[in-house]
Amino acid sequence: MSGSMEFLLWTKGPMFNIAITIFAIGLLVRIAEIVMLGRKKNFAEARAGEWLPGLRTMLTRTVADPGTFQRAPFNVVVGWIWHIGFLIVLLLFLPHIALIESLTGLSWPALPNPIISLVTAVTLVALLATLVHRMTHPVKRRISTVEDYIVWAVVFAVVLTGWLAYYRLVHPYPLILGMHILAAEIMLILLPFTKLTHIFTAFIARWYNGAAFGRKGVQS
Amino acid sequence: MAAPKTTDQTLGASLRERGVSRRGFMKFCAATASMMALPPSMVPAIAAALEQAKRPSVIWLSFQECTGCTESLTRSHAPSVEDLILDLISLDYHHTLQAAAGDAAERAREQAMHDHAGEYLVIVDGSIPGPRANPGFSTVAGHSNYDMLMETVEHAAAVIAVGSCATFGGLPAAKPNPTGAMSVMDLVKHKPVINVSGCPPIPMVITGVIVHYLTFGRLPELDEYHRPMAFFGQSIHDRCSRRPFYDRGLFAKTFDDEGARLGWCLYELGCKGPTSYNACATMRWNDGTSWPVEAGHPCLGCSEPRFWDAGGFYNAVSVPTSPSGAAVLAAGAVGAIAGGAVAVSAKKETKAALTHRQPVTVEELEAKL
Repeated sequence: MSGSMEFLLWTKGPMFNIAITIFAIGLLVRIAEIVMLGRKKNFAEARAGEWLPGLRTMLTRTVADPGTFQRAPFNVVVGWIWHIGFLIVLLLFLPHIALIESLTGLSWPALPNPIISLVTAVTLVALLATLVHRMTHPVKRRISTVEDYIVWAVVFAVVLTGWLAYYRLVHPYPLILGMHILAAEIMLILLPFTKLTHIFTAFIARWYNGAAFGRKGVQS
Repeated sequence: MAAPKTTDQTLGASLRERGVSRRGFMKFCAATASMMALPPSMVPAIAAALEQAKRPSVIWLSFQECTGCTESLTRSHAPSVEDLILDLISLDYHHTLQAAAGDAAERAREQAMHDHAGEYLVIVDGSIPGPRANPGFSTVAGHSNYDMLMETVEHAAAVIAVGSCATFGGLPAAKPNPTGAMSVMDLVKHKPVINVSGCPPIPMVITGVIVHYLTFGRLPELDEYHRPMAFFGQSIHDRCSRRPFYDRGLFAKTFDDEGARLGWCLYELGCKGPTSYNACATMRWNDGTSWPVEAGHPCLGCSEPRFWDAGGFYNAVSVPTSPSGAAVLAAGAVGAIAGGAVAVSAKKETKAALTHRQPVTVEELEAKL
């Protein structure tokens, strides 16, 4: 690995395969374990169905209730902004779609690059705001762990290097593109073993909640 | 027959001898300045330097190559290869272009090395089977490529590696590299090496580098791969005529769709322009007629290291070089089985703990305090 091009090819070749394998194994270990452990058998007679309330709660818990919004408007608004921004950039930027298509065969239309660029900039600012808030808000600061900061840094690095690569602000370009790909690979590797797993478990948990309440015949 | 030119003659004298006018000479200097992205104020300096310059002896070595680089060079138009050979350099040895053959040819090389020790330029095209490879893989006049290269560069002023084989190993070095092919810079450590990569390189870049060396008497500014910044300082993508379409998100999806006809960006068709550094977009090919991307074909990135092993030519830059959906599925299956095993063992542990549970009374706990 003597130059920037060799570095880029390493991130696109061997390192990508290592990262995606660790990600796939790690994620399935976590999810299979959670699903198979399950819950204790409930001997009480079910008052209503589980599936529909479960699915409904996956949706309703995604939107913050008014009380939560009044207590922590920053968390709700900024959290929403950067999560949606991240998803738009991840799923609707043409090079990312080309990558997903090469792995799965699935593809969909991309958003024009200027829109992606704008969304990325907003996401970066929102991510910075979350860090400042985390470090200045007394309660958040108290409950934050090293893992929280590592996860923030990895997510921020992925978006920042992507933005720098898009605008070709680092010379030579293969170096910054390689750094972006490497950052994304580090995120993939950390995903199953940190709170980033919530990308997959959040909706399972919400379904569980809704299903449990539905069975009891109460609203969740 | 004209008297053979000696390399002691200055370029100015040699040009006057050939009937080149002062005006023609200055035009050539201006073209050279603009080609190397130098300001017009440098033209008199270039003229003065070339006027006094001695024609250097050049030894051109061809190893594991396809002669495409020489083909490219002979189609150079400014300065033309005739200009180059007759006016600017004394090409004392070149397999393809020299009239001599056999022992006479080898003697010409040895003579040039002897007469101009420490001053001659060595140009190499083609990769070289490394010192640990079978020397018989590629030989010239009974000498292995490696021996001939090392012997010839020993007393050279500088080495110019022409083409992606000489600069990075090229196609002969593609996996599994059966001949142990290596690049010039892998082997020559004690002499300045200038890389002019490309498969083939743009002819004007080959001649431009030689002219730069003659004009300034030193190596041009080089990038991380020892390539002259004047020609390799900007990416294809940054100077591409299709770039505005990339910025607007307009991409050709196939080679014959509406977008392709309208000149939209070829990113999705596998263009490596974003990661490739070369002067194709500005200098173009065939007397400035066109270049691959303008003609509708994505850039292969032929001026970059390992372009031959960097995944499919028609895959986008963002696509991994060896993606495998099946491997990911297999890894997921392994994960699911491992996760199941963890869950089963956890359940067993819980069961075992329950059967062996020994109730503790409050009194017993208090007694422990």
